[in-house]
Amino acid sequence: MLIAIVLLFSLNAVCYAGDQGDAFVSVSIGDARTLIPILASDSSSAEICGLIFNGLLKYDKDIKLTGDLAESWDVLDAGLTIVFHLRRGVKWHDGREFTSRDVEFTYNKLVDPKVKTPYSGDFEKVAELEAVDDHTVRVRYKEPFSPGLSSWGMWIMPEHLLKNEDLDISDFSRRPVGTGPYKFKRWLTQDRIELEANSEYFEGRPFIDRYVYRVIPDTATIFLELQMENIDSAGLTPLQYRRQTDSGFFRSRFSKYNLPSFGFTYLGYNLNNDLFKDVRVRQALDYAVDKNEIIKIVLLGLGRPATGPFAPESWAYNKEVLARHFDPAMSKKLLAEAGWHDSDNDGWLDKGGRVFEFTIITNQGNEQRIRVAEIIQRRLEPLGVKVKLKVIEWSVLLAEYIDKRDFDAVLLGWSLGREPDIFDIWHSSKTREGEFNFIGYKNAEVDRLLNEARREFDIDKRKGYYHKAHKMIYDDQPYMFLYVPDSLQALHKRFRGVEAAPLGIGWNFIKWWVPLSEQKYRMKQ
Amino acid sequence: MIAYILRRLLHMIPLLLGITVISFAVIHLAPGKPTTMTEAMNPKFSPEVRQKLERLYGLDKPLHIQYVDWFKRVAKLDFGRSFLDSRPVMDKIKERVGITLAINILAICLILAAALPIGISSAVRQNTLYDKFFTVFVFVGFAMPSFWLALALMDFFGVKMHWFPISGLKSLNFEYLSWPGKLIDMSSHLVLPVFVSAFGGLAGMSRYMRQNMIRELKMPYIYTARAKGLPEKVVIYKHAMKNALLPVVTILGLSVPGLLGGSVILESVFGIPGLGKLFFEAVMSRDYPLIMAELVITSILTLLGNMLADISYACVDPRIRYKKI
Repeated sequence: MLIAIVLLFSLNAVCYAGDQGDAFVSVSIGDARTLIPILASDSSSAEICGLIFNGLLKYDKDIKLTGDLAESWDVLDAGLTIVFHLRRGVKWHDGREFTSRDVEFTYNKLVDPKVKTPYSGDFEKVAELEAVDDHTVRVRYKEPFSPGLSSWGMWIMPEHLLKNEDLDISDFSRRPVGTGPYKFKRWLTQDRIELEANSEYFEGRPFIDRYVYRVIPDTATIFLELQMENIDSAGLTPLQYRRQTDSGFFRSRFSKYNLPSFGFTYLGYNLNNDLFKDVRVRQALDYAVDKNEIIKIVLLGLGRPATGPFAPESWAYNKEVLARHFDPAMSKKLLAEAGWHDSDNDGWLDKGGRVFEFTIITNQGNEQRIRVAEIIQRRLEPLGVKVKLKVIEWSVLLAEYIDKRDFDAVLLGWSLGREPDIFDIWHSSKTREGEFNFIGYKNAEVDRLLNEARREFDIDKRKGYYHKAHKMIYDDQPYMFLYVPDSLQALHKRFRGVEAAPLGIGWNFIKWWVPLSEQKYRMKQ
Repeated sequence: MIAYILRRLLHMIPLLLGITVISFAVIHLAPGKPTTMTEAMNPKFSPEVRQKLERLYGLDKPLHIQYVDWFKRVAKLDFGRSFLDSRPVMDKIKERVGITLAINILAICLILAAALPIGISSAVRQNTLYDKFFTVFVFVGFAMPSFWLALALMDFFGVKMHWFPISGLKSLNFEYLSWPGKLIDMSSHLVLPVFVSAFGGLAGMSRYMRQNMIRELKMPYIYTARAKGLPEKVVIYKHAMKNALLPVVTILGLSVPGLLGGSVILESVFGIPGLGKLFFEAVMSRDYPLIMAELVITSILTLLGNMLADISYACVDPRIRYKKI
């Protein structure tokens, strides 16, 4: 019996053991800028930093905060104090031990006015940080601030290597040393960054030996390289997902993944414009545009209608808020109620001598958005609403139109973080120049809910606030919420252990492995 | 001659100064700031953070002070640090200049090697079927969008035939290759980009050569040479071609600044870390120090290129001499 049990266990071990070796070749259209974590604000730098460094906290596969360098944490004094208990025995890639002094050092650099970090805003509400002992850090806040918890996902930097360095000119930015699952190996500018597995990683050595991050600025070339199997994973456009990868060769070599993205596309109205001040008008426009039609035409069906300011995978998303169905008759009725009639029979609605006419602006270089704007224009025309389109270069759009509030309606998208705090986009105090409530949305009750949610650490209570805010914002229609596109990805089939989850497919990358017989790249020692 | 060169060099100084003043003003007056561009539409980056970054970059000072600061640094040959990654601008240019130069020089060699024979033979066989075929051929190359040609070649020679790699400069196993292996690897990566780069330029040069040759062949000295009974080959290749080549020297001189320009499209499609892409990104992200460095370098090269063309022209053409007036 004993022998049978031992055999069973060993068999189990064989089944679940991954083979070590091989390389994973990923791709991006842009190179990283710096590998100093607190200066890295672009997505390429962030992707590499995420493999080399750790934060105190991270998100698990279900987008819930969990410990990373911190084993656990306590929220005390009604949210005014957070105490982090750090993991013991974690080593930097150069062999030195990680301690609370590294956390203290990173924090001090984050709030140093001479350091060019864009992340200092996250730590403005911190009153004081104290390294109690080698493995305990106490953070005191000026006021309870629950979104602040996620900001401790900020990657921690090694004090012993950086204390005498000027971060702006430090070599560390191109030769980083972290605590993460991969160690930095080499960086060929605009060509590739190579990392190698950290055999002493505290969560266990990654099975994949080498991580290669290639830079190919052209998406068509990326797709050709994918077909040549020179890269192992790449994002796909809806057209590539539906049609161009629909071949026997591609199906035999690649798996395709399709998950809701953390972002949505919207038509934002300038609420200071008289045209959009009546909520009935905004709702009427919402009824008049068929979101499913847009998804079918522009995304080839790979998306879902958006109903509010949160990502569908987030716990803050209120599933009970349902998208308005396409109903032009209702639209006409609401517009008439709001006083818009075609009084001079010229085909366009008017009120007090003013024709219902506005311009949608969007950024150059995004074909999807231009097509969406055209569909909206076509749908509003039969109602008697005249829409003009203007496509503007990105920097000019921001500087001359958004920042100066010089627009009627703007077609853009938000890419959302994992922390659902939407204060900066929806709170009425965030309407100054350069701030993100540029449409001028003001709702006292939404303000209250967002404030309360920021002070609350209990996730169920926060959820309650956000669900209410979600419904109110959707009812108010300051944006016409259009769609949440799917995040489409191809991954080579030789990788095993891949599990799609709300966070994405890469959440357990260090557990991915390739059977020896299928390994493609050999690393010479 | 030396006095002429010195005079030309001295004239360049005020010209360069003017170029930098105008460029600096135009770049800084264009809508969008580096801080807006890098952190655009990211709610994490509050206006306060942006203001802090602007202060640290020195963008809060009046424009003329910024120019004086910049000029003082450049006078010491320090072009400053890039706003994007804080690396010295010259380091960024230096690590990319080699490959852009290499591709452009190889492409020019290829263009000359193909365009001169095509131009000369077309001129000799003017208005024949042969001439018409090459006229169509080179103009197809001229009209064809380079990104389309690049993708078509990548699809055929890369994806279908597996003859050439289609992007980047080195294979993933490059470091494990022998010295000759490395050379072959890099060369095979360069075949398609150099070919595409040369193909577009073929039309201009071959048409130019053809026109020069036709003009020379109508000159009285050619009739004299033929009347003397010289063989046709000698007439064409020794007498006519020598003179027809003179204007080509000017074109080569003028192409010197272009050598460094790089091509955004070509470098993007082939994933080549060259200067074209670097400068394009600098402009799009309003990386002022990098844009200014590029403008200064290109201006100097353009002025030097012009001068070089004039001097070499004087050297090869005895009709042109620089004398004090």
